[in-house]
Amino acid sequence: MTALARTSMDGVALRVADTVGWLTTPLMPDDYLGLINPLWSSRKLRGRVEAVHAETKDAVSLTIRPGRGWTAHRAGQFIRVGVDVDGVRHWRTYSLSSAPERADGRVTITVKAAPDGIVSTHLVHRIEPGTVIGLTRPEGGFVLPQPVPSRLLFVTAGSGITPVMAMLRSLVRRGEMPDVILLHSVPRREEVIFGAELRRLAGRFPNLRLHEQYTRSGGRLSLSQLPDLCPDWSKRGVWMCGPPGMLEEAETRWREAGIATRLHVEHFRPVVAASTRGVGGRVRFLPSGQEADADGATPLLVVGEDAGVLMPSGCRMGICYSCTGRLRSGRVRDLRTGREHGEEGELVQTCVSAAAGPVEIEL
Amino acid sequence: MKTLSGADIEEFGRELDNIRDDVIASRGEDDARYIRRVIAVQRALEVSGRALLFASVLPPAWLAGTAALATAKILENMEIGHNVLHGQWDWMRDPEIHSSTWEWDLVSPASQWKHTHNYLHHTWTNVLGKDRDIGYSLMRLSPEQPWHPYYLGQPLYNAMLAPLFEWGIALHDLELERLRRGDKSWGQAFTQLRAILHKAGRQVVKDYVAFPLLAGPLFLPVLIGNLTANMTRNVWGHTVIFCGHFPDEAAVFTEEQIEGETRGEWYLRQLLGSCNLDGGPLFHIMTGNLSHQIEHHLFPDLPSNRYAEIAPRVRALCERFGLPYNSGSLLRQTATVWKRVFRLALPT
Ligand SMILES: Cc1cc2nc3c(=O)[nH]c(=O)nc-3n(C[C@H](O)[C@H](O)[C@H](O)COP(=O)(O)OP(=O)(O)OC[C@H]3O[C@@H](n4cnc5c(N)ncnc54)[C@H](O)[C@@H]3O)c2cc1C
Ligand code: FES
Repeated sequence: MTALARTSMDGVALRVADTVGWLTTPLMPDDYLGLINPLWSSRKLRGRVEAVHAETKDAVSLTIRPGRGWTAHRAGQFIRVGVDVDGVRHWRTYSLSSAPERADGRVTITVKAAPDGIVSTHLVHRIEPGTVIGLTRPEGGFVLPQPVPSRLLFVTAGSGITPVMAMLRSLVRRGEMPDVILLHSVPRREEVIFGAELRRLAGRFPNLRLHEQYTRSGGRLSLSQLPDLCPDWSKRGVWMCGPPGMLEEAETRWREAGIATRLHVEHFRPVVAASTRGVGGRVRFLPSGQEADADGATPLLVVGEDAGVLMPSGCRMGICYSCTGRLRSGRVRDLRTGREHGEEGELVQTCVSAAAGPVEIEL
Repeated sequence: MKTLSGADIEEFGRELDNIRDDVIASRGEDDARYIRRVIAVQRALEVSGRALLFASVLPPAWLAGTAALATAKILENMEIGHNVLHGQWDWMRDPEIHSSTWEWDLVSPASQWKHTHNYLHHTWTNVLGKDRDIGYSLMRLSPEQPWHPYYLGQPLYNAMLAPLFEWGIALHDLELERLRRGDKSWGQAFTQLRAILHKAGRQVVKDYVAFPLLAGPLFLPVLIGNLTANMTRNVWGHTVIFCGHFPDEAAVFTEEQIEGETRGEWYLRQLLGSCNLDGGPLFHIMTGNLSHQIEHHLFPDLPSNRYAEIAPRVRALCERFGLPYNSGSLLRQTATVWKRVFRLALPT
């Protein structure tokens, strides 16, 4: 369907929904249709988990059939998923691990259980096929440009392989494997997510070179090894996804080499300032007026969620700005830098801001 | 009722806090499944009711359709709407079942009702001059309210209020008496009125124009079916709600009595001003668990499906502290409500 046809179809659908809305008021037609099939909703994008595939002892891939409103992703992008754990809705971000060229319209995410992680352990150990989850459309700029550079370097650690796997799968599907070096670091060989597939690909494509670093036996992957592992590292387009420390180190190195634009990084976890201790305060969330006590180290996003406030959120680590609220009074502390700030009317990111005294924030 | 010492009252309050904490700690998947199931059943009932009404050339279909629709509307207002708007399900963080987004199948807009009900009524329960739900500014339900010849007609007013209850609630939310006293500006009232008219307009069009028109030749049966369903819901809601606070034994308080009230005393006032209805699980659901009015007033934001479970604990606590726990059948409580309406129509 052309974009134009789709827009006019959507227009018609909207008008129909509007008319039928007189019969379903105060609800929407969707509220009834959703009972038959939750994926039909045009207001809420949802997906059904069709299969759960174990990748390692503590990582799984979920095959998801997205519902109405889904748009195709670019390899490397992420989505947010809304999952009910013990009856409570949680939203988390996961990179898509499947190639957009996949023929059946399904997508996969690959999740590694974080110790005591609420959502990841649920997805790895408890979710059942058939479960309907909330989705958002793919987003993010951690993608390969078109045309694909002729020489690529991927540096990944642990679950950081997921967006890169999507890129590799996409390159395979399109039959254009450039010169690729993949440096992947994990504690042990058994913990390599997609291990078999990666090794098979390396066998099949001579220009795909794979270096697996097992940190338990071989020590951690250090950037000082780069010249040995990849002599032309400074000439390659680089996509890197791993722990905050590794990414920070790389950013410094590439900046110092004057080639910062070649480096693309994806953070899975926020960089938290060493000292973010501070006094908290009473937080009032507007317009609902719900209130809660916050300590000086917990993000306002979490404070609100725990109090049952409907908090908008996204990456939960200060990059996407889906969580912003307007400060009505009080001051907040940026958990990434420890800096205290806040002027009336300022837009603050609730996921990386803690209360510094009493706060009123409008969502 | 024996008088409790201050320490007793605080101990009573602490025990109730424990009950509350227990429920909060154990809220989970089963509760979420419960409310989603009630919502699914309610919507299915509503669709079936309306479909049956469209087949009402056959009288049994009309009857079944009207009954299904009335049941759906009762569930929607009471077990779902009222409780969702109390924030009982906010903990699930599901934007579709949340107090800040819910709108109900009633002419009054949810936002206005949340103010008069959640805030004014639940905070100031049965406090004269504060709780506007005492007699809904229409009737004299406490001897402390000064008598006026106008009240002679209150049995009639009450009988008329029942089938029109949803309109009464909408009007009640306007707080006309505050307007008269000058506590509220005409501008405020006007904005509110516009919201009511917008909401009520859509409700009226749906039940009394759109669906009847869609039924073509069956315009009249569908119209009457919808009207009957709405009135049935109104009468039922009126009956249950009046049984909650106005049976003869329910206490009324003055503003002086509640000055500097502690948490324990607040609990005590909620207990003494509320009355329960006895019945089975289905009856409780159909009353929106307001049959557990005592538990609801002690813990207005706990999920309604848990009231039945904590009721025995609350009751035992009352026994321990020698406090009354007013519970009776619907018939008995309704009779005492009406006794009060009649008695206080006359000067006392
Ligand atoms: C853009 C982006 C893409 C992502 N893609 C993926 C992906 O493809 N696969 C994947 O498994 N995860 C991915 N994540 C991380 C994911 O969003 C969650 O943060 C992670 O699953 C932990 O969530 P949780 O609810 O289980 O943990 P929480 O309950 O939120 O946290 C529990 C504990 O785990 C720690 N923790 C939080 N995040 C991590 C983490 N990433 N690794 C280890 N410990 C952590 C916390 O510090 C805390 O102590 C991505 C994150 C972002 C921002
Ligand atoms: S959730 Fe993305 S910036 Fe806060």
